This record gives sequence, C-alpha cells and structure tokens, in this order.
Amino acid sequence: MTAQTETKPAGLTASRSPLTYKRENLWQDAFRRLLRNRAAVIGGVIVILLALVAIFANLIAIMPYDKQTLPDQNKVPLYMGKLFPSMIPYMKVSDKYPLGADYVGRDIFSRIVYGSRISLSIAIIGPLISLFVGVIYGSISGYFGGRVDNLMMRFVDVLYAFPGLLFIILLMAFFRSSFADPEPGTLRFALSQLDAKMGGMLFIIIGIGLTAWETMARVTRGQVLSVREKEFIEAAHALGISDNRIMFRHILPNIIGPLVVIETLAIPGYIALEAFLSFIGLGINPPTPSWGAMIADGARSIRTYPNQAIFPALALAITMFAFNFLGDGLRDALEPRLRGNQ
Amino acid sequence: MGRYITRRLIALIMVLLVVSAITFVLEHAVPGGPFDREKPLPPEIKANLERRYHLDEPYWKQYARFLNDVMIPHLTTQPPDGSIESDYLINVHIGPLYFLWMNFGPTISSKTRTVNDIFRQQLPVSFQLGIMAMMVAILLGIPLGILAALKQNTMFDYMGMGLAIIGVSIPVIVLGPLMVWIFGVELKLLPPSGWGATPPYRLGFLPQSFGWEYFKYAIMPAIVLGLGSSAVIARLTRATLLQVVREDYIRTARSKGLEERLVITRHALKNSLIPVVTVLGPMFAALVTGTFVTELIFGIPGMGRYFVTSITNRDYPVIMGTVLLYAFFLVVANLVVDILYAYLDPRIRYD
Amino acid sequence: MSSNQEFLVVERLVKHFPITRGVIFQKKVGEVHAVDNISFNIKKGETLGLVGESGCGKSTTGRAILQLQRPTSGHVYYKGVDLVHLQGVELRRMRRSMQIIFQDPYASLNPRMTVGEIIGEVVYVHGLARGNELRERVDALLNRVGLDPAYANRYPHEFSGGQRQRIGVARALAVNPELVVCDEPISALDVSIQAQVVNLLEDLQAEFGLTYLFIAHDLSMIRHISQRVAVMYLGTIVELTTQDELYLHPLHPYTQALLSAVPVPDAIVERQRKRIILKGEVPSPVNPPSGCRFRTRCPLAVQVCAEQRPDFREVSPQHFVACHLV
Repeated sequence: MTAQTETKPAGLTASRSPLTYKRENLWQDAFRRLLRNRAAVIGGVIVILLALVAIFANLIAIMPYDKQTLPDQNKVPLYMGKLFPSMIPYMKVSDKYPLGADYVGRDIFSRIVYGSRISLSIAIIGPLISLFVGVIYGSISGYFGGRVDNLMMRFVDVLYAFPGLLFIILLMAFFRSSFADPEPGTLRFALSQLDAKMGGMLFIIIGIGLTAWETMARVTRGQVLSVREKEFIEAAHALGISDNRIMFRHILPNIIGPLVVIETLAIPGYIALEAFLSFIGLGINPPTPSWGAMIADGARSIRTYPNQAIFPALALAITMFAFNFLGDGLRDALEPRLRGNQ
Repeated sequence: MGRYITRRLIALIMVLLVVSAITFVLEHAVPGGPFDREKPLPPEIKANLERRYHLDEPYWKQYARFLNDVMIPHLTTQPPDGSIESDYLINVHIGPLYFLWMNFGPTISSKTRTVNDIFRQQLPVSFQLGIMAMMVAILLGIPLGILAALKQNTMFDYMGMGLAIIGVSIPVIVLGPLMVWIFGVELKLLPPSGWGATPPYRLGFLPQSFGWEYFKYAIMPAIVLGLGSSAVIARLTRATLLQVVREDYIRTARSKGLEERLVITRHALKNSLIPVVTVLGPMFAALVTGTFVTELIFGIPGMGRYFVTSITNRDYPVIMGTVLLYAFFLVVANLVVDILYAYLDPRIRYD
Repeated sequence: MSSNQEFLVVERLVKHFPITRGVIFQKKVGEVHAVDNISFNIKKGETLGLVGESGCGKSTTGRAILQLQRPTSGHVYYKGVDLVHLQGVELRRMRRSMQIIFQDPYASLNPRMTVGEIIGEVVYVHGLARGNELRERVDALLNRVGLDPAYANRYPHEFSGGQRQRIGVARALAVNPELVVCDEPISALDVSIQAQVVNLLEDLQAEFGLTYLFIAHDLSMIRHISQRVAVMYLGTIVELTTQDELYLHPLHPYTQALLSAVPVPDAIVERQRKRIILKGEVPSPVNPPSGCRFRTRCPLAVQVCAEQRPDFREVSPQHFVACHLV
C-alpha cells in the first residue's frame, strides 16, 4: 500500500536513527526566528556582555570595590564637568577613578562592575526558583485535579492576596534581625555564615523565591489543565503509560514554551526588586555593591554629585532594557509556533 | 451574580484572617521586642510599657484582641468618649447607633499618636498619589495603545511601543532620581520633594485645594509611578485591539457602511478593554506597593517611609495595621475588578 | 465456542457524570446520564458496530469499556477479568491487549514527538523491545500501515489527516492488542481517504485476528465493516442484531428512522420513498425522559412507554430490541 501524497524529500538516506535524531524541532525554529529580531539580538548581546563582565569582574575592575579612601571622597575625573556643568564650581578632580568616587572614596566604576554579579545572579536564580517550585507545584495541582487541586490553589490564592512588596519587606526584616547574632553551632549560625559568604545573597534569594513562585504555579496549572484534556494525553493513558511519564514526557514539553517566555519577561522585575530592597537597606549587605544600594547612596547627593547616582542607574536601566527586549523577542519567536502547531 | 459576590466576600474574610495570622507570626517570630532598644530600660518601666501594649499576654490572647479591635465591626449606642480604646477608624453615626470598625490601637513609637492617627494623616497622601498614578497609567496607556494599534507599523506605533518598553524597563528607583535631577536640580521647574497637601483633608482623604501649588508636588511622583503601568496597559490594549479588529464582526460592521470611528468605538473598543480590566486588579496592587518606593524617593509623607522604619522599630500595631489595611484594599480592588469583569463579559457570569 | 462468547462481556454498564456547583465546597446538583445500563458482548474476531447520533453516549461507552473513564457501576469482563475492579499496574498490563483509535487525527498525536518516538514509546514502555530491535519494530509497523519508515523522523504536523490516522493505527498495533476500540476513526477524514483507512483496518483484522468495537454515526460505513450492529439512543441500546438483519428488518422505530435518513443513490427511488422524520429535539441527558427514552420523539409512543423502561429482549434469534411495541 503506497498511499503517500507527499513526494519523498531529497537527501533522506537510509542511515538514520529514528528515535534519537531530531530533525528541526520547536526550539531550533524559534531560535532562528529570534535571530531575525534585531532588538532581541541587541538585548541578547548586552546580556552576554553583562555575563562576561560579571565573570571577569576582577580583571576588568582594577581598583578594589570596597576600599574606602576618605580623602578621595566625591572626586571626579575632568570630563564630568562637561556632562554635569552644575558641578564645575565645586568639583574636585582626580584621575584615579574613571567614573568618580563615592561618598566614602570607593571607586564607582569597579563597584558597578562588581554590582553586575549581584544583578546577574538574581536574574538567573530568581527564574530558576520560580520555575522549579512553581512549575512542579502547578503541575501536580493541575494534573491531579479535584480536591488536591482545589486545596493547593486556595493556598496560592491566599498568598497572592498578600501585598507583594509588604510581604517581602516583612520577610527580609525578619531574616535580617533573626539571623543577626546567632549562637555558633546552631542552624542559624550556619545560615548566616553562608549568607555572609554570598555577600548577603542567600536571604534575598530565599525571599524572592518565596514570593515569585505563585504566578508560575498558577500559569502552569492553567496550562496543564488545558493540555490534560487533549486527546494525545488520553491516548497515552490508553497505551498504558504511567502518570509519571505522561507528566514529564508529554505534558511538560508541551507547556514549557509559554512558561519560559513568562519567566524571561519577569527577569527585569526580579532585578528591580533586588535593587529596590538594596535601596531601602534591606537587601545586600555592604560592602558588597549592588546597583540599588549605589543609587540610594547617590540619591542623597543627587543635587551635588549626580554622577554617583546616574551611572549605576544607567547600568540598571540598560540591563533591564536588554532583558526586556530579549524576553519580547523570545515570546514573539515562540508564540506563532505554539499556536500553529496543531 | 449575587451568589458570586457573596462567595467572594467570604473568601475575602478568610484571606484577611490568614494574612493577619501570617503577619502576626512573622512579626513576633523576630527576636527582641520594641523595648529592647539600645539603651536598656529599667525593668519596671519596661514591664509597665509591655502591659500597656498587652505584650505580656500570651500570643493567642494578643491575636484575639487584635481581631476583635480590627476585624470585627461593632454596633453600639454609646458615643465614643475620646479615649484610645474607642477611637475607631471608621466611625459612622446612624441615628442613635454608632457603627465602629477598625481600631488599630496605640502605636509604640509615639506616645501621642495612635495608629489610627497615623493612618488618618499619612494614608490619604499615599492614596492621592496612588489615584493619580492610576489616572496617569490609564489616561496615558489606553490612548497610546489605541493609537499604536490603529496606526500599526507606522511611526506612531513604533514610538508608542518604544515608550512602552522604556516605561517597563526603567524601574522607579532609576526614573525617580533621574527626574528629580532633571526637573528639580538642573531645570528647577518642580520641587524635588515634599507634598502639597496637609491634614485636615476633605472627606478624609482629599486635599483642600487643587491648584498648581498642589499638583506641582504630585506631577513627578505620579508619572514615575504610573509610567510602568501605563506601558503595560498600552501594550495590552494594542495587542487586544489588533486582535479584535480582525474579527469577523468588525468586518460586518464596516460592510454595513458604519463609519470607521463608530466601528472602533462602538464595537471594537468595548471588547478589547475587557482584558485591560482584568489586569487592573494586579495593577492596583503594584501601584499600591509602588507608592512605598516613590514616597521614599520623593520624600513624600505617606505610609511608605513609616512602614519601613516601623519594622526596624518593631512597632507591631503599625506593621499589622498597614499590612492588613493594604491587603484589604487589594482584595476589595480585585473583587471590584472581578465584578466589573463579569458585568462587561456576559460569558463568565454563570460561574 | 463458549470462550468466544466471553471475549468481551459488558454487563449493566452505567456512566454518570456529576454536575457540581460551588468553588470551595463542591456540591453535586445533577448528573449527566451518559451511559445508562447497557449490556452486550462481543465475540472474538468480530466487529461490533456501535451507531447513534452525536451525544448518545457511544464514545463514552468505548472509553468506559477501556477504563479511560471509570464506570459508575456495572461490569466489563474482558477475557474473564472484570476491568472495573482493576487498578494501577494490573490495569496497565491489561491495556496492552486493548487499544483505541481516536477520532481526531490532529489531536491524538503528541505534537512535540516524532512519529518514530510516538510509536516507539509504547513498545518501550511495555518492555517489548529495545534499541535496534525497537527501531525495526517501528519500521515494520509503519510499513504495515502503508507509510514509508523513513518518515519516522518527522513530526505529526508534517503529515496529512489520513496519514496521521494511520500513525494512530500503527501506534495501537504496536503492542499486539486483541481488542481495538475504533472511536469514529474516519469521521474527520475526507471521503476518499475514509475508504482507504477502513480497508486498512479490515486487512489488519484479517491478518492479526483483531476484535473491533467500531463506533460511528455513518450507517453505510458501519454496514460495510461490521458483522453485528448496536444502535444507541440517549445512553441506552435500543437494538442489537446482525448487520443484514438490521438493514432488512429494523424493528425499533428509531432504527427505522435512522435508516430512512440514508439517501439511496438512485434518484427515482429516492424521490419516491417516504422518509420518517422524527419530531422534536433530543432530550438532555441530564434529565432523560421517564420510561422509554425515545418516547418523546417516537411516532408510535403509547401510555406504557412513559411509565416503564422497556426491557432489552431477544425477539428473534440474535436480534435484541428495547421497545414495548415489538
């Protein structure tokens, strides 16, 4: 019986392994689409540059970021006068600091460079936690349905009602003070040591993680619910495939697209959140630099030394732009494919 | 519809209970009370103070007392006598009856003001800021989105969406100081900090006068806060309008000979605004919490500053009160949005 | 002989779907009577056609038999084992010998897996083959349904509807089933392709000794492929008999109406014959009529039809009808 209506494609040889060799699949196609989107490419390049800066920070920033040289307070290089003419009457010039020194004499440039590590870590870890916890939670809830689903979603609803920022502020304050002076040998001590080694990142990660997963859980659940009723899932049941396998091999790959898009678009939010927390002093501990903290410090002297706030602000803005463009591009690249796949 | 609303109201109460419980646990889980500050107080005074604020009672009792004061409304014939115990935030006089609700009690950091006083003085400011930011978001976002959709792929579209990306990418802590610097320092057009209204407020939350003296303090914060949301609204409006305009019933309207203007306003807009309404709920939440940030940057005497310091000072009543009040606003706002949504979209009425 | 009789025995099968209200505490406010107490059996190697209009419960019956929807009550004896009471691993093991082919060729294949993976997964999961042997099996299956094995690398969306249905057939065959429920397998295909797929199914039945439960709403196609036919209405079987007998001597008024709706290819005959047109609409399965379900539309209904549900009786050899007037 030869009932094919298609012509045989050229180049298909007899040597292929049907179960391992993938012809073009969803991701490759999306990637190619993404490359055509100029804004997304620019965003992607910036992100890669950022990653490089963060990884090689110690090579790029020659001056130490935490050395306070008080006599060098607020000094600026000569070109600052052209950028900020209002500073000319009183500015003190020095050549040592490419972007100037802050109010205790630290080099702003190297602080910005090292600050990229914080922002980038948040950009990676935030979505990871959100995806990991949220997707698993949402999948279980959506797949099993019924009472389990009801209960799990009620819980998320309640958490959702909590004013997000207030919750995080409360949480961070809670962390900061309850882990302030722990006795050695307890769990608290271990955690606070870990936190100190990470420059204060541990609690921020926990805090952001605790508030970020809810949205992802909801969206995942919705996606799982809609895919669950599709016939090929029913077919998988009929074929005797275990629930486990259905969840991971059939349902998840079909929903991962929108999930990734949503999470990528949420990255700027995470970065902004960390910046804000540092801004109000509940974030990274000094002396580890964070762009948010730098903006806070600089905001105090914005009338006199605007460079101290403007440059970290620029760094933050550019980073968020980049992630936004990238996320938008990813969404456009994946979306028509997702819809046209049936 | 009535059943839908009742169910949501019940959910609201349960949510608030859980929120209050979590907040209570969190704030008491932090070691150290409000009176363990740098200078240790003599034990008798400390004991006295703790008794005054009921901090010596077992936890469940403190919680029960809190619930009674704040969550449960009271109906009584006794007029309030000016003491702290009878000072309720909502005090409505109906005939011989008094409807009293929400007494957050005395605050720990100040001897003269109660939490209610703080709310009365500072909440209206945050509220005004929030409302103005929301108006900025809607008045800027929707027209921009419509314009971008109608003139798709032209200059208007690109500029509009460009503005939207900017609005979404630049966080408040960047835009704020930036604007302060440009308009406040360099150009000296607008005041970099402060607020144009002081108590007493009209109707409890409106400023006495609406002149330039008032608005010049409000312009920058409102724009800074509202820009992000306006960007989101603009993009959403554009996306849905683009989708709606391609639907068949729009084609039918045009083929009937209806002029384009009417086609858009009478048919397309109503349907495309529905997703925008859905997003208003979470947006309200974002704005409300965003006021915190903005107030800190612009030195506005709202709840923002107060909340952060109250945490460091372990000012329990203020913490609890603020979290609960904001949670209440959020849930009510979401409820209103849901009702509005059910009203606009007949398909989801039969839940 | 008797073991043939007992290949698949469906006894008083009932499937009701609850209708609930409420968000937090869900309360049952009604039921959809999708399948309401039906009994029949299928002999090994035969094809039983199950026919009826949309919404009469035939798809639900097929799924209830395979335990894709767990029955509300009743028994399904498959080779002597009551499937209704099986769970977990045992049920999955049973699934190897009973398969299903779906109606929608577009939705029944995982869009993210290649065809080779789709078919191969079944073989893999049941431990029937690995590695090279698995690949060979997949290729053989593809060949058997008339597709070039070189296409195993492709994704479902690259195939036409008819080809996808063949892939579905290949997948169902992969585990050597004995019973195959065909849930309207050709309804979504072009007419010219329908014949090809049906021919394929018949060939496979002859070659592998398969037993089919063929669910459809196209009477002429049912006639072609089935040995016996069951007619369903609103969750009950109203008539069950051999294919010839049904078309020559339909006894139930509903069957007669259905048959009269099939156009005859002879224009003169078609113009002259009289068609039975049923009055009214199909009642809702949430609130089915009392007594005989069909009575609200039956041109012959009398008093007793509203009071008592008719028994499903054998009125002549191998001919079962549920009607008071027969």
